[in-house]
Amino acid sequence: MRMNLIPLLVVIFTLLTTACTPAFKSAETQSITVMTHDSFAISEALVADFEVEHGVKVIFVRGGDAGTTLNQAILTKENPVADVFYGVDNTFLTRAIEETLFLAYDSPLLAQIPAAFKIDPGNFALPVDYGDVCINYDKAYFAAHNLPVPTSLEALIEPQYAGLLVVENPATSSPGLAFLMATIAHFGETGYLEYWHALRENGVAVVSDWETAYYTNFSGSSGRGPQPMVVSYGSSPAAEVLFAETPLVEAPTGSIIGPNTCFRQIEFVGILKNAPNPDLAKTFVDFMLSVPFQEDIPLQMFVFPVNPQANLPPAFLEHVDTPDQPASLPPELIEARRETWINAWIEVVLD
Amino acid sequence: MTATIRTLRRWTNHPVGRGLLLWLLPAVFLGYFFYQPLLALFSLALKPTPGFSLFALNFNRLWRPFSFTIGQATLSTLLTLIIGLPGAWLFTYFDFPGKRFFKTLTTLPFILPTVVVAAGFNAFLGPRGWVNLALISQFNLAAPPIQFLNTFSAILIAHVFYNTTIVLRVVSNAWSGQNLRLQHAAQVLGASPWRTFTEVTLPQLKPAILAATFLVFLFNFTSFGVVLMLGGPQFATLEVEIYTQALYLLNLPLASILSILQLLCTLLITLGHNRVSGLGDLVSSPPARGITPRKPGKALERVVLFVILAALFVLLVAPLASLAARSFVKLEPTRGERGTIERGLTLQFYRELTVNRRGDLFFVPPIMAARNSFLFALITIGLTLTLGLMVGYAQQHTTILNKIMDPVLMLPLGASAITLGLGFIIVFNRPPFSTLRFPILLPIAHALVALPFIVRTLAPALKNISPSLRNAARVLGASPLRVWREVDLPLLTPSILISAIFALTISMGEFGASTFLVRPDYPTLPVAIFRYISQPGALNYGQALAMSTILMLVCAAGIFAIEKLQKSEKDGV
Repeated sequence: MRMNLIPLLVVIFTLLTTACTPAFKSAETQSITVMTHDSFAISEALVADFEVEHGVKVIFVRGGDAGTTLNQAILTKENPVADVFYGVDNTFLTRAIEETLFLAYDSPLLAQIPAAFKIDPGNFALPVDYGDVCINYDKAYFAAHNLPVPTSLEALIEPQYAGLLVVENPATSSPGLAFLMATIAHFGETGYLEYWHALRENGVAVVSDWETAYYTNFSGSSGRGPQPMVVSYGSSPAAEVLFAETPLVEAPTGSIIGPNTCFRQIEFVGILKNAPNPDLAKTFVDFMLSVPFQEDIPLQMFVFPVNPQANLPPAFLEHVDTPDQPASLPPELIEARRETWINAWIEVVLD
Repeated sequence: MTATIRTLRRWTNHPVGRGLLLWLLPAVFLGYFFYQPLLALFSLALKPTPGFSLFALNFNRLWRPFSFTIGQATLSTLLTLIIGLPGAWLFTYFDFPGKRFFKTLTTLPFILPTVVVAAGFNAFLGPRGWVNLALISQFNLAAPPIQFLNTFSAILIAHVFYNTTIVLRVVSNAWSGQNLRLQHAAQVLGASPWRTFTEVTLPQLKPAILAATFLVFLFNFTSFGVVLMLGGPQFATLEVEIYTQALYLLNLPLASILSILQLLCTLLITLGHNRVSGLGDLVSSPPARGITPRKPGKALERVVLFVILAALFVLLVAPLASLAARSFVKLEPTRGERGTIERGLTLQFYRELTVNRRGDLFFVPPIMAARNSFLFALITIGLTLTLGLMVGYAQQHTTILNKIMDPVLMLPLGASAITLGLGFIIVFNRPPFSTLRFPILLPIAHALVALPFIVRTLAPALKNISPSLRNAARVLGASPLRVWREVDLPLLTPSILISAIFALTISMGEFGASTFLVRPDYPTLPVAIFRYISQPGALNYGQALAMSTILMLVCAAGIFAIEKLQKSEKDGV
């Protein structure tokens, strides 16, 4: 019986070697590699169609969250693993442009896209989708307490909403950072800290990440926490309906869409400089801006397509409220001031 | 030819020469897969750039996370020892029904991703957790009485939750294997049980206790998810600062400096540990007969036993159980009435796991994720055991080489997953080693984290093998291989199996490096869990908990299988 370990080791080494073998299979067909963050999702059928039509294999590399993935692309820019990079948003756009990560590409499909989304005049980064970071509220709570739902940032510092809001730390969470920027867009660089001071006085809860805020603190989610308002996404109420335990007619949550209460995030795609297959990369970028892909976006990634020719699914039309006046800031200003804002925020809200 | 063989033999017989040969493979492995990527990242990130100067650094930015890191790690380690040592005593001396099962349960916390542990603690102690709900209905309270999340105690308790198993396993293993004759001798000579314990038992246990303390401290020192998710934004360790700087501020120079600081601390801690534990002095003792666990006898013994078991249960098992229970329960709010929640049992979350509702390309069937996790874990076990044993034997004698190599080997424990992951991406982006086409990079990263652990687990056992036994076997004409198989291996087996369990759990639960290195076509269980919990919707939440329960089951099965080997071993001898 004491020989037990040896066969075990043999088995392990066989597995070791077999696990290595597929690694050395070289790809016979042409392939294109797309680097993206791990919130990226797409329908299987759509990718299959693209592969058949162009006779290529599409490989997706996902490099963690949006920040990590961008870091990877920057660190490997001389020798990129991928052809196409998708997932840089307006808050990091300037960094990507300054690092000269992308090749400019005037896609013919850009003509279909509204000018408001085309933030990068050089067309190094092309807009694909947009979404809003908004405050979600628990409808049941406000109904049960006969409380009006606040409609502005100013209302959140009223005593009746004391202790009812949970936000994420902008230093460790991207919705947290987006919400901080909404307050900067609204109150200006001179007024936002005063506002946050007042929010703190009014008992705003701060957690590190979206997962904790939504599932542990927010009363409208399955976590059933203490706060009926959370910084989340404008599309979250639709997700609550689509991913309900039992079919729902009405979303249990809603979004507060007053002036500047939501921050608009636009996500971009770019062709990596030194990409192994720049021509295929152009084909793939066109594909991302075309109607079939754009129509796939809402239910896969819970954001809106930038191409107005794409039809929205009914769940989106019914359950997602879009703000008339979303907050935004110039990408260059964000790049220059991001760290200063976060550090000042930490001093006022956490210390 | 014969001359080469003779030289080789002379080398292998000389401790220094043998040390060099044994170190060769581990050193190449560490150099290639750990130091190369790390140095590549640092040299790239710390390239002089306009606008960043080392001297312009605000040292408060370094000092605050640093002092907090040390403080919380010290407190957490002390608490873990207070809970773990009585537990180790209990597992060594006593048998009780369900002991093996309970021991497996106490190992499970180690594998769970922090997102899930946060959910587990939330289901147990959160505002709507079982405990608070019970207290509210019992005493008619208006608000949940226990405030657990986002407190300093949450960090401490979660660290105890994660790391107690290290103390339990490492110390009780050494305790059961210790030489009873010395204790008997002391008793015969009239020493009181207390004196026997402090003067005979404790010195024998010292290396194991120190090794466990060291490992627990390092784990707490580099803690990331627990501090971020359970502690909340008021608290930041060095590792959390590295994450913030690298990912949200894209400030790689500062992230690198923090990483270097963290690595230096790991180095100092390792050197300190080596100094107090006296790495290298051999405790040569006759073969241990070991302690056979017995049933608790007297009433007092039973009470003590019950108290310790209850404490372990509440701290280690209850959060897991709450989590698993929650994956079978649906909580439907009654329309418009806050607070009243209807409960019902459901298997819906498990059924949904196998349905790709949206036709998502990245959909992961749970069986596939479990298979991948298991395969990667097996490779990790193979790699770490092979390298770990080599290192263990190389360290048998105190040489200059060992003194230098030991900290070199321990450093990966202090490397941040983010730093290592980014380093991997820079270095390994071309064939033959490319993160893209070489799925084995993931278990290699896991092996880097697990190796220091395995070496520290094997070292006490290797030290306890008496050279006279090997000499006896050799005199009787046994070949070196046979000596190893018939003398070393049986004595090492318990420690090898524990090492295998640690390697398995580290690999199964690792999430940080996995997010960088995992390929979308080989997703692991923790990666799949994260995909669900990062999206809103009751179904997603339920599925994340269901997937976590599957992770626990798969890992428990692995631990069971490994322990089964040990059991049949005992029966066989």
